[in-house]
Amino acid sequence: MSILVNKNTRVICQGITGSGGGAFHTKGCLDYGTKMVGGTSPGKGGTKDANGLPVFDTVDQAVRATGADATMIFVPPPFAADAICEAAAAGIKLIVAITEGIPVLDMVKAKKYLADFGDSVRLVGPNCPGVITPGECKIGIMPGYIHTPAQKGKRSVGIVSRSGTLTYEAVWQTSELGWSQSTCVGIGGDPVKGMDFIDVLAMFQADPLTDAIVMIGEIGGAAEEAAAAYVKKNVTKPVVGFIAGRTAPPGKRMGHAGAIISGGEGTAETKISAMRDAGIRVADSPADIGKALREATGG
Amino acid sequence: MKIHEYQARDLLAKAGIPVPAARVVDSADQAAKAFEENGFPVQVVKAQVFAGGRGKAGFVKLVKSAAEARAAADFMLTNRMISVQTGPEGIAVKKILIAGAVDIAHEYYLGFVLDRDRSTVSMIASAEGGVEIETVAHQRPAAIIKQPLHPALGMQGFQARSTALALGFSGKQANVVADILLKLSRFFIEYDCSIAEINPLVLTKDGKILAIDAKVNFDDNALFRHPDVLALKDDSETDELEIRAAAANLNYIKLDGDIACLVNGAGLAMATMDVIQLHGGKPANFLDVGGGVKAEGAIEAFRIILSDKKVRGILVNIFGGIARCDLIAEALIQAGREVGFKVPVVVRLEGTNVELAREILAAAQPELPTLQVAGDLNDAAKKIVSATR
Repeated sequence: MSILVNKNTRVICQGITGSGGGAFHTKGCLDYGTKMVGGTSPGKGGTKDANGLPVFDTVDQAVRATGADATMIFVPPPFAADAICEAAAAGIKLIVAITEGIPVLDMVKAKKYLADFGDSVRLVGPNCPGVITPGECKIGIMPGYIHTPAQKGKRSVGIVSRSGTLTYEAVWQTSELGWSQSTCVGIGGDPVKGMDFIDVLAMFQADPLTDAIVMIGEIGGAAEEAAAAYVKKNVTKPVVGFIAGRTAPPGKRMGHAGAIISGGEGTAETKISAMRDAGIRVADSPADIGKALREATGG
Repeated sequence: MKIHEYQARDLLAKAGIPVPAARVVDSADQAAKAFEENGFPVQVVKAQVFAGGRGKAGFVKLVKSAAEARAAADFMLTNRMISVQTGPEGIAVKKILIAGAVDIAHEYYLGFVLDRDRSTVSMIASAEGGVEIETVAHQRPAAIIKQPLHPALGMQGFQARSTALALGFSGKQANVVADILLKLSRFFIEYDCSIAEINPLVLTKDGKILAIDAKVNFDDNALFRHPDVLALKDDSETDELEIRAAAANLNYIKLDGDIACLVNGAGLAMATMDVIQLHGGKPANFLDVGGGVKAEGAIEAFRIILSDKKVRGILVNIFGGIARCDLIAEALIQAGREVGFKVPVVVRLEGTNVELAREILAAAQPELPTLQVAGDLNDAAKKIVSATR
């Protein structure tokens, strides 16, 4: 088992022919073994992409022709929120939005649009690395080789993170430690986004394959504090954490729209203390995430 | 993106929000003339800068004559403003706002912000305006009125009317305030703001309602559809290296330390700063080269961090996803050839095309003697801290 995606997930790419990463990462996902079944590029319907996958004008056409149930979005920022809504309307169950730089008010409206579909549609991102169940399905831009597929004799960790490359760091450290990963979910750094820590934590808690959870946050907002409260009440599996931005000067925006502190809210200290209070083992150094997992699980 | 107070006033006035008569000038003579034209007995002269602490620094002054307006403007235009936010070198003032001062009966706060907990825009209002709203929210949460806006429909009339009443207005004044709230909310949505606030909104002794000061910030991601807003951009108070970095699509923030970092991804870049500090070093910058970095951008990144004279060492930490390690390695060597690495450089690479990158670096080692390759993040931080000691 795993969460969100597995070997049966059928994936299309919205923006499959685009130079913004769609073409490059469609090939990357195919090479990894993901069941990529096609993509969309308005105006190029009826053609094939460089990998021989069918290209459609609309997601609706793509879903009807390929039976896709998941999408990976690389559509440029001005059109990306529309692409998210289009996927939901076409019956896609899992929308993974990689696109960075979507206007936040576009996301406010898209999120409201998705709310009508309830739990039948899940959005991951935007501005995220994607989702991977190692050895089965990779939807996104993460380097596949650092992940370890679940196998006999290896315990599995589920990873959820607001950061992109810092997620890879955690994956790499847990692989080095001899663990596999059940699923890794990059929820993205934007202020208005799809799944949050709590949604993913609930799925990991319910997933029989996941033995422990790594949660990586950063300064800004209050999602980590809310997640810590949720863990305290609902999660029985060992949870390990890290918060990036301990040494970031207040008031400066560090890249992600998320990573800004103001008025003493959402500092690394408030997050770390909320997490520790919930029994989460928080690594002081980003280099010690693997070590913290070992300590929290006795090996 | 931020704009100045006078620009925010102009935009709000265009949106139909009442503001007192004011003029923007850039010379002392014009200041005197503006005083006459405004026609108020008492007026306020305000330096137009982004940095806070204007009042304490003497860059906001009440004046009662054209001569006083001239003197105040002359002072502001010929002295650099120094406050806690500007650093010891201070900043030059180029524009001055001169506005009629009003007899204030009461000060209010009206604002709209992105509400990330609710994934929508929320209104914040308070009958305790004129001070920092964060302070009010912290000390007297009951004095804050909050209303989330419908994500698609925006603010509704009933929300505006009930807010005006809750602020203590009644009768026609309540209608005026409700109208201002609706206009400000529409302005926020139409212009893709991240914050739009009037602080203070004042009730004057003769019963008028006016927006005295305004702060408006915009969502950088939406500037592509607001060329008129982009035209208001003023970079004169931004660090020169930060401007260069922005032009090259790099996310760079200068800090106080002496160990420069070059990282891909904001989270990893912050974590790299954290790990440098944990090992006793001090980061000289935050630098996220982004996922789609090309050779040219990476070389410019090295040029930028090396032009900070305080830098005594560089830590390169790349975990390739979209970014390719081999490309970073090539850029590193090219930058080394171009600018010369007089300081130690520690490189930690992992991810896409890492094997190729390691070969490239190994081959260039004789050419770049100050270059060291690290195995993991701890090792990298230890190496760069000890090399710069």
